[in-house]
Amino acid sequence: MSAHEDTHAHDDHGHHHKETFVTKYIFSQDHKMIAKQYLITGTIMGVIGVLMSMMFRMQLAWPEEPNVLFEALLGKWAPNGVMDADIYLALVTIHGTIMVFFVLTAGLSGTFSNLLIPLQIGARDMASGFLNMISYWLFFLSSVIMVISLFVEAGPAAAGWTIYPPLSALPMAQGGSGLGMTLWLVSMAIFIASSLMGSLNYIVTVINLRTKGMSMTRLPLTIWTFFITAVIGVISFPVLLSAALLLIMDRSFGTSFFLSDIFIQGEVLHYQGGSPVLFEHLFWFLGHPEVYIVILPAMGLVSEIMASNSRKPIFGYRAMIASILAIAFLSTIVWGHHMFVSGMNPFLGSVFTFTTLLIAIPSAVKAFNWITTLWKGNLQMNPAMLFSIGFVSTFITGGLTGIILGDSALDINVHDTYFVVAHFHLVMGISALYGMFAGIYHWYPKMFGRMLNKNLGYIHFWVTAVCAYGVFFPMHFIGMAGLPRRYYTNTNFPLFDDLANVNVIITIFALIGGVVQIVYLYNFFSSIFYGKKAEQNPWKSNTLEWTTPVEHIHGNWPGEIPHVYRWSYDYSKPGHDQDFVPQNIPLMEGEEELQH
Amino acid sequence: MTALLTIIVLVFILVAIWQMVKIFDLAQAKVENSQVANDSDNKMNGYLMMGFLAFIYIITIVCFVKYGNLPLLSNSASQHGPQIDNLMIISLTLIFVVQTITQFLLHYFAFKYKGEKGKKALFFADNNKLEFIWTIIPVIVLAGLIIYGLSTWINITSVDESEDPLVVELYAQQFNWKARYAGEDNTLGKANVRLIDIDRANILGLDEADPNAQDDIITTELHLPVGKPVLFKMRSQDVLHSAYMPHFRAQMNCVPGMITQFGFTPTVTTSEMRQRPEITEKVQNINNIRVEKSKALIEKGEAALDRYEFDYLLLCNKICGKSHYNMQMKIIVETQEEYNAWIKEQKVFKNSLIN
Repeated sequence: MSAHEDTHAHDDHGHHHKETFVTKYIFSQDHKMIAKQYLITGTIMGVIGVLMSMMFRMQLAWPEEPNVLFEALLGKWAPNGVMDADIYLALVTIHGTIMVFFVLTAGLSGTFSNLLIPLQIGARDMASGFLNMISYWLFFLSSVIMVISLFVEAGPAAAGWTIYPPLSALPMAQGGSGLGMTLWLVSMAIFIASSLMGSLNYIVTVINLRTKGMSMTRLPLTIWTFFITAVIGVISFPVLLSAALLLIMDRSFGTSFFLSDIFIQGEVLHYQGGSPVLFEHLFWFLGHPEVYIVILPAMGLVSEIMASNSRKPIFGYRAMIASILAIAFLSTIVWGHHMFVSGMNPFLGSVFTFTTLLIAIPSAVKAFNWITTLWKGNLQMNPAMLFSIGFVSTFITGGLTGIILGDSALDINVHDTYFVVAHFHLVMGISALYGMFAGIYHWYPKMFGRMLNKNLGYIHFWVTAVCAYGVFFPMHFIGMAGLPRRYYTNTNFPLFDDLANVNVIITIFALIGGVVQIVYLYNFFSSIFYGKKAEQNPWKSNTLEWTTPVEHIHGNWPGEIPHVYRWSYDYSKPGHDQDFVPQNIPLMEGEEELQH
Repeated sequence: MTALLTIIVLVFILVAIWQMVKIFDLAQAKVENSQVANDSDNKMNGYLMMGFLAFIYIITIVCFVKYGNLPLLSNSASQHGPQIDNLMIISLTLIFVVQTITQFLLHYFAFKYKGEKGKKALFFADNNKLEFIWTIIPVIVLAGLIIYGLSTWINITSVDESEDPLVVELYAQQFNWKARYAGEDNTLGKANVRLIDIDRANILGLDEADPNAQDDIITTELHLPVGKPVLFKMRSQDVLHSAYMPHFRAQMNCVPGMITQFGFTPTVTTSEMRQRPEITEKVQNINNIRVEKSKALIEKGEAALDRYEFDYLLLCNKICGKSHYNMQMKIIVETQEEYNAWIKEQKVFKNSLIN
């Protein structure tokens, strides 16, 4: 797998032809540029998603009070500055969709898979640069459609990010289920196509284009997680595509896949024989693996960053791989835990409880391995390292409550309450976001050739960390008090009046946490131009990307692709002068490669 | 115009924050040369890690002390309720212990092993014994939880027809609930949304020809006799809804096109529950809050809030459209005699039709 790259790939890319502005920055086929395109698009979508959450958090804290911000930003949806109930649901829906798919799937996986796969396995580029370019532009197109859907007359999709029919299928059930939902479905269908192209590319690249000596057991854990994530994506995303297509059929062509026996607004609809439960199955067959599509890459980034900044090998490399594989396998057979009270046969519920709670085992192994990686290390507290430690912290806090939600008997009572919201935001929202931030702080020098300001990074981390707990920790308790999610206001239930002040506290933390991201945005954008110039290997890491020149070149390495002689975790190895040994350094005489 | 001004102000605020960050950034341009953490960064962040650990512990304690008197962990009003509550308390305790220990290890290690120039980390890549220990411990703990959880689940979901449960249909529509009692024969009449005839007041689409339907009783309040098993049959006429009865630890979705079910036995009447000290205290607290809020409302010239009195509730807990947040029905648990008296007053289906 090595010989052909050295000759033909080199010829292809080494002496590259003159690039125009369009081929370099817009329709680029270079994986490094595509990674940056993903990151910037994801960042813009992220800003929109976070702004939305700040708006509905304000509504929850100060319900139905006129707010001049709502009037300015929502226009007709906030008559006299009071947020409308329909737009509240739309904000919640689009916030979920944007954050899960556009930020944490495309923005995270798209950025780092593209950037790191060729660089860390020692390849000149992705297997298909062209497909990679198409993948990005489809993602861009789907983002544009999603943003456009915010401006349609009857409002954007508002049936929750899970878009359960019949609510999402019938325009008379909800304003947002008209054109807004059509655009949502079209956008997601394009998004899935983009995601599949990306995933196939990642899989093929990892399998075929590794440099000489880069065996699977020498791969950095980042590549392992990107690889397995792509596999899960290829297995599960097509199912969502089929669900979306069937829903489009039900909506526009009168079929009855998900609808039956409906009487709405004084008339009986013709639908007969379908079942919304079928949609739930199809949706969660993607929806649950999706959680792991989001969190696995973050785990990979964190593993790599922790090892590098602890100046220690990642603890239990083989166990880490085994747990990635176990999580990937289990992730495809647990979807029913979202449906314990859907009307599904209770026996099926038992099966899903069993498989769901099993996931705690590989997750626990990973958490313990990360903690042990820190033990007796020489921790370099770079911002990336802080975000990695923060990741483990929120992953544990959020993951543990999964034991409650995965237990069908307990789920009866906390299903669809704020307890769920708190759980998944910590375990896959905040955690994955931390993983993404960690990755950005760590690989920024590789992406832009400059360093981020570390002190701004510290401010960013610590304020965000405090706010994340401040928002989501108390939220468990309002959930356990029985407060359902997706309520526009709780004022119709005096029962919940004593929770109103908790909502205010949560909102204040959310607003601070949202605003402090400006520090990050400033750091990110100004450092592109004014940041300190980066050295070739600023963090003294072992992986191959740090052997490439700081200035990006098409084809990654000016000369031959380096060969690999060891795994990527030889930090502080006895017998070496330095506390790191890059993968392309041959074994010393008498040195043994670790049996892993 | 105000909208435009607000946006301009908002932009100015953002620019101001941006500029402040920029000043901070430029101020250290000379001091700091390298953007890689040095010993003093490591030290500062190491201490902050311990501070953060304290923060996590404090927020945990504050939440438990302030909001720990959770309605969903005590005062359940159904026979299976205490089982769920026990399992919940065991799970929460376990989580609390694991959380406290692992967060301590994580943050303490981050503090203890903060980097110093010239120090070398321990090359410690693997240890099968350790890996085995922290695989097997979760396996054992989870096996226990799974067995306990599943036996509870099976207990709750299996409906014992021999107990002769009271059959009640919960009927959901945007945005209200109806209850249908099966009447003397305790058999619900056939129904389908296609048979709905608003002009004849056949609002739930009962089959007028079905003899079982004649004595059915449709109500807008749910009354249940205490101590008697109830089997709910859920139906929805338009979109998904979820019948959530938190005090009874009960929830089931209502799915158009199919009938779902959930059964439980209420054990505490509404009036008994109102007299429990925890509930009176909670109600008192809520009323204090409402009085405070009313003061502000009256100042604005609006009506004051009503006094709150405890009632069991049925809430919709599946997003169902605009007024999802206000889809509720009162549940009243009462003695068999009170229930009998109430049900006698209700109109049976055949008499409720308009001809």
